[in-house]
Amino acid sequence: MATTDVILETRDLTKSFKGFTAVDKVNLSIQRGHIHALIGPNGAGKTTVFNLLTKYLIPTSGQILLNGKDITPIEASTIARMGMVRSFQISAVFPKLSVLENVRVALQRKEGNSFHFWKSDKVLNNLNEQAERLLDSVGLLSFAHAKTLDLSYGRKRALELATTLALEPEMLLLDEPTQGMGHEDVGVVADLIKKVSANRTILMVEHNLHVVSRLADRITVLQRGAVLTEGDYATVSADPRVKEAYLGIAATEEAA
Amino acid sequence: MMTQFFQSRLFLLAALVLALIIPWLVYPVLLMKILCFGLFAAAFNLLIGYAGMLSFGHAAFLSTGGYMTGYVMSEYGLTTELGILIGTAASALLGFVFGKLSVKREGIYFAMVTLALAQLVFFLYVQAPFTGGENGLQGIPRGKLFGVVDLSNNMVMYYFVLAVFLAGYWFIHRTIHSPFGHVLKAIRENEPRAISLGYNVRHYKLMVFIISATLSGLAGSTKALVFQLESLTDAHWHMSGEVVLMTLLGGMGTVFGPLVGASVIIGIQNLFSGGELGSYIHIIMGVIFIVCVLLFRNGIVGELNKVLKNNF
Repeated sequence: MATTDVILETRDLTKSFKGFTAVDKVNLSIQRGHIHALIGPNGAGKTTVFNLLTKYLIPTSGQILLNGKDITPIEASTIARMGMVRSFQISAVFPKLSVLENVRVALQRKEGNSFHFWKSDKVLNNLNEQAERLLDSVGLLSFAHAKTLDLSYGRKRALELATTLALEPEMLLLDEPTQGMGHEDVGVVADLIKKVSANRTILMVEHNLHVVSRLADRITVLQRGAVLTEGDYATVSADPRVKEAYLGIAATEEAA
Repeated sequence: MMTQFFQSRLFLLAALVLALIIPWLVYPVLLMKILCFGLFAAAFNLLIGYAGMLSFGHAAFLSTGGYMTGYVMSEYGLTTELGILIGTAASALLGFVFGKLSVKREGIYFAMVTLALAQLVFFLYVQAPFTGGENGLQGIPRGKLFGVVDLSNNMVMYYFVLAVFLAGYWFIHRTIHSPFGHVLKAIRENEPRAISLGYNVRHYKLMVFIISATLSGLAGSTKALVFQLESLTDAHWHMSGEVVLMTLLGGMGTVFGPLVGASVIIGIQNLFSGGELGSYIHIIMGVIFIVCVLLFRNGIVGELNKVLKNNF
């Protein structure tokens, strides 16, 4: 069992809110290099799992292991520095900074000057070239000096991705990357995800099953906070329990 | 456009010339009061305008600076710069303690924790023997700057206070436009995202809190020497409220807003104090505050910026 290369693993991960168990003994194991999708009907606990993994919520019980190391007691910002970076459901950008500055603030951390309040911000211009390359990779170079506030929703998501990539994470967690997007933007973002998945592991929560079928190597289906089933798209989509969970039709009725 | 105007060299030069000649036209002690409160409000603005943190306990830093400087100047007859240094350092230390205990909290909880801590400091200063209790510290000597320049003359003192003010303002400007300042803006804009980029947000908040407390202490130390008096008024929570009012009225998150706000508030207080309307001063302040919140939320400088941006 232990021979496969697992990057992220959970053991009996549980989260209760005042008696309501939102996540119930979830065991996940994400293989290095995979695009792993987490799906399930509304209220299945996908986002809660996500927030637990990235330490935006504290688990009630259970363990989270990143590269075999127990990260359960570690802080959110530390986990980001360990190479696991998350995105958010609502596009997470810094609206009043310029597009370039958004990426630069991510690059800046590794420079080790982020506490230097006595230095001029001109030192940050060293990072411009690198930031421009990242913007170019998501097709935003021509917007480098625009105010982020003025970007379209799809472009904000692309910017968010560029900012995340600036950290050179080995693992990306994407929370509904195509949510609220028009048909065309969905395709663009899906392509981007595919592109950045090279040499990386991605765990994504996604509602759009078309995107999931296109991108995901492996899929975990959650229902009422617990794992319903897991497998590749063909396996999962053929599972009658999944249809039931999504459509609310008893599989037996459907068969009849 | 407007920011370009207010930050253009011409404007800054004109402002500097005005600052140099104005004590010949206006009573210098009033000007020094405005400069001290302008610096205090600017320190507060660094926290709320650039880091999005509303402290309701900044009176503690103003008064700590004042009391410490006042005490060491009276007791040990130190030179002016040493006295101010000690007062400022004391506020920095207090800022560290306050910050450690408060930056984990957000929004109204942060404001309440800072208020509670400041009240603690207030009651300490009411009881402590070295503050002179209700009488305060009186007759604090201004001392000699570097042991050479006698500051007892108000005109000489004015230029010294102006220098302190400019140094403080420059320091705030540098902080805002530093690598650290960029991270602060990111935290203000989207804190969860800043965390997800690997920034330990609490450390940055603590740092900016200490910087703000330090500069507030510098303002308090300088003010105590200007009036040669330090009293409980500075430690009272009214003072924490007044600095909020100054900053909001002048324009939160603008460079010159705090100074404008401080000028207006102190100008009004000066106008009404002693006169028949003196006892209505708090009502007048209250009305100003309400008008400010209802009609021009960006403050005087903020609204001015908007007008300039739209028309030029």
